[in-house]
This record gives sequence, structure tokens and C-alpha cells, in this order.
Amino acid sequence: MKKVYSRPKSLKRVPFHYCPGCGHSIIHRIMTELIDEMDLQDKVVGIPPAGCAVFAYHYFDIDMAESAHGRAIAVATGLKRASPEVIVFSYQGDGDLAAIGTAETIHAANRGENITAIFVNNAVYGMTGGQMAPTTLLGQKTTTSPYGRDMKMEGSPLKISEMLALAKGAVYIERTAVNSPANIRRTKKAIQKAFQTQIDNLGFSLVEILSPCPVNWKMAPLESWQWIDKEMIKEFPLGVIKDTTG
Amino acid sequence: MAKVLMDGNSAIAEAAIRAGCQCYFGYPITPQNELPEYMAAHLGRKKGCSFVQAESEVSAINMVYGASLAGVRTMTSSSSPGISLKQEGISYLAACELPAVIVNMCRGGPGLGSIAAAQSDYFQSTRGGGHGDYRTIVLGPSSVQELIDLTYRAFDLADRYQIPVIILGDGMLGQMKEPVEFKREAPEELPVRSFALRGAKGRPSRIVKTLTSKPIELEEINWSLFRRYQLIKKAETTYETFLVEDAELIVVAFGIAARIAKGAIKNARAEGLKVGMLRPITLWPFPSEEVQDLAQKTKHFLVFEMNMGQMLEDVQLALEGKGEISFYGRPGGVIPTPSEVLRVISRLCYQKGLK
Repeated sequence: MKKVYSRPKSLKRVPFHYCPGCGHSIIHRIMTELIDEMDLQDKVVGIPPAGCAVFAYHYFDIDMAESAHGRAIAVATGLKRASPEVIVFSYQGDGDLAAIGTAETIHAANRGENITAIFVNNAVYGMTGGQMAPTTLLGQKTTTSPYGRDMKMEGSPLKISEMLALAKGAVYIERTAVNSPANIRRTKKAIQKAFQTQIDNLGFSLVEILSPCPVNWKMAPLESWQWIDKEMIKEFPLGVIKDTTG
Repeated sequence: MAKVLMDGNSAIAEAAIRAGCQCYFGYPITPQNELPEYMAAHLGRKKGCSFVQAESEVSAINMVYGASLAGVRTMTSSSSPGISLKQEGISYLAACELPAVIVNMCRGGPGLGSIAAAQSDYFQSTRGGGHGDYRTIVLGPSSVQELIDLTYRAFDLADRYQIPVIILGDGMLGQMKEPVEFKREAPEELPVRSFALRGAKGRPSRIVKTLTSKPIELEEINWSLFRRYQLIKKAETTYETFLVEDAELIVVAFGIAARIAKGAIKNARAEGLKVGMLRPITLWPFPSEEVQDLAQKTKHFLVFEMNMGQMLEDVQLALEGKGEISFYGRPGGVIPTPSEVLRVISRLCYQKGLK
């Protein structure tokens, strides 16, 4: 019988700690599939964030190193500069990449660092219990915006991908989601393209992935998938935001 | 090699390149700018090497962390306010047992302070500096030649003990020019460290991390770090003594202050006063045993620093109430003169009835 589906070689045989319905497990799965398919397992180093995905190193069977909150892209920069033959990616949430790590992100993109950032946007701080993130939607209730995010008090959702597109060094930026089989396939293609951009030595690449956080959104997993379609995508439209790789 | 005239900041940069430093990450701050500028000119275009002017000191130290993960010799430099920002990264380097060299050309503080030479970061450097229970090796040079020699040593120590090493200079050492000699030639290429993360080729994948949900595991990491610190204390404590054999008063000073004190002591000797000096070269580990040994023969100590009395506490801890300690300090970036220190020594000798 032909085997059509199995655990990727670079995904460790360890149960995920992620909450039911969380997008991280899906993203880990498609990334490890890609690492296998692109034959990168012994050529790649990943830098997880401080946040829910800090434990990514328990699941990816590749070289990985912890980083301080928001600094993954700076760590990736140093690593890549010291060993340009290695494929280096950071894996960061919205608090990590778009709040405390904004400076690191913008300047790495602007210098055209030849690294890949995987930016998981779930519109909340997950690990610390659902506080407001820079990407929290207007009106969205979180533990630190209990009356709903108010433009006048807390500003509006930060569109990191669109901001980064202005930097010449950023050559490939795409926003995807993992709330449907079609979107998951699209996300996988985007990450593949981002890795290829780095392999081809073209510059900075980033994939922003809209990802469900049912526990902190206080929704059932299915409802959280629908919320991405109905609410999140309105604020964060999917698609290629910048591609100057061609 | 013939001697060349060089400022301290550039001298460190040249020594680092000769020590095999491949990656430098920094951010401009006075009084250490000659160091990144030298690196930009001489390291940035070298094969296999990299220079990045980072967006902040926080980013620079995290780039150092990344390059150290990749297994190469790497460094950053800054001055006091910038070193405060680097403390986050230094804590992670210490926790993950990653070698790195950090230069602090100390300036007057607190706050933005002044850009003049000071020694007010002694506490920050020798007590860990960032969060958590850790130490870094701290070297205190007192001449441009010693900046060079201690830069070589800093890279060697960092590799031997897998630990961040701080070179604590000051604005004066960084800016002043002296004739110096470089005794090392730059290596063609250093081997990549065995623990490097460069993709899991031909071996199982590796994780570098400290986070754990089990406090007992973290306790063991702390124990293991402190076992190493004990080794460092035993093997690496260094100091210089000057005219201590018959001294009735011993001046304890480090870095540029020791240089100033030496001038004062020579003049004191010319006046017939029996004064000597102990100069710690490793500020951590501090030469406590040598202080205790000196206290067997000499009762009076004068601690002289360009701060309000920070190393003073290490001398007090070492003496455990045994000697009589006086202190003279000038904070804020004021540079005392040898004649000023001589006045302090003379007055002290008169007050204590010393010859």
C-alpha cells in the first residue's frame, strides 16, 4: 500500500503543548513538511520567540536556540552573518515581532538581512493570558482592553507587513491564514517561497500568518476559524504584499 | 613588530581582529566610537567576517548572541548607558554558556551623565549586571598596551570557560594614544566551536536554551555555572603589586586610577613615605586572597577610585574588618591628578603617623 501521509521526519514524536484549536501546531506541521521536502533538516537553524512558541524547539527536529523577547530577528541576523551558508528563520508572535521587537524587525528588513521571519499574528498575547497586542482589532476585548480596543486610547491594529514593504531590503512579504485547508496550503507555499528567497540569497522575507487563538478569544475552534474570515481578514487582507524576487 | 602610536579604542579593535574576532556588532556612543569605526574599516570587508552597525545596543548584543551560537569569536563595545541596555543579552549569554567579549569604555553616570572617563560601572560589571544569578569575567586594563594584551586574553578566557568577558576601560583609556606593540598575528581561520548551531549535519539536532518549567533543572544550571565560577576564581585571578614589600600604606586602585596612583606613589616614595599599590587586573574574580596576604604586613589601605566607592566594598569584604581602610574617590567623570592623590596619601600618612 502506498503511504500518503505520515509525520514529517523533522517533526519530533512529542505531543504538542498547544491549546486545542491553536494555529501553532498547524504551522509547525507545514514548516516541518517543507523542511523535509526542501531537504533543509541539516542546513537550517530556527530561533523561536518568547511567547507560546518558545517551546517550538521541543517539536522541530532541527538546531534551535532560545532568544530574548522580541530579539529573535537580531539573533538570526548575528547567526546568519557568522554562517551565511545556514538557512536561518525566526518564528515569532505579534507581541514579540510587532511590539517589543519592532525595531529589530524594521532594521533587519531594511538592511535586507538574508533571513526569513515567520510572523504568527493571533491578535493577542497568548502565553501571558490574552492581553492586548499591537495587532488586536478595534473593539476586540482582551484582558487589558476589557471594554474593547479603543482607537483613541490604544491606537489601531499595526500593519507590520505593509510597513515593512516600504523597505527596499524586504523582498518577499506575504500574508496568509491557517483557518481553512485552502489557506493552509497557501501558507505552506508562501513559507516555501520565503525559504527559497533566502536560499537564492535575495534578501529579507517574511510570512505573516493569521492564526486562531480560541482559548484567549473565548471561542470554540470552529468559531475562531470563522472569526478570522469575518473579522481579521477585513483588517489584515491576505495576499502577496511585496515580491521583488523575480 | 615595531611599536605604533595608537588610541585605546582602535587598539582594542586591532587586537580583537588579531585574536580571530570574526563578527562585530555595535552602536555609536562616545567615548568608544573609534572602536566600531576601526572595525567598519578593517573587519567589515574581510573574508568570512562581518560588521553591523545595529539599530540599538539591545540589538547589537543579541546579534553577538547569534554569532556566538554560530560558533565564531564575536564582540561588541559600548559605554555606560549602552552597557545598561546590553545587560539583557549578557544575561542570556551567561545563561546559555556562550563566549563573547564586551568592551565598556566607562563614562560618568548615572543617567546620560558625562562623556568623560569614570569607573562608576564597577558594581554593574562585577555583580553580574543583568537579571539572574551569574557572573562575567571582568578585566581592568590601565594602559593602551594592556588593552591589547587583555583583549587577546578576553577572547581566550571566553572560549576556555564559555562565558561572556567584559573589558572595563574608561573614556580616557579609549581616547589616549600610546606607543604599543601587537604580539599576535591574525589567524587565517579559527576552527568553528564544537557546540555551534549550524544545521544538524551528521549529528542529532541541538537546542540552546535555559527556559524550563522545572525549577530543579534551573537550580542545577545555576550550580553548574557556579562550579565553573569557582574554577575561574582559582585559576584566573590576576593583579599587579607595586612597591608593597616594605609598604606601610597600600593604595588599592584599578584601571586608569591605578595609573594615576602609581605616579602619586612614586612621588610619595621620593618624599620618603613607604607607600605601595595593589592593582587588581581581574576585577571579577577579585584578588581577595592577595588583599588578605598584604594585610598580614600592612595595616593601612587607601582605596582610590573614580567613583563613590564601589571596589571599596570588595576590599572591605576581603579584609573582614582587619585593616584600616580609607577611601578617596572622584565621581562624575572628574579625572584626579597624581599630585591630588599625593596630597591624600601625605595627609593620610601624617594622620596615621606613618613614615
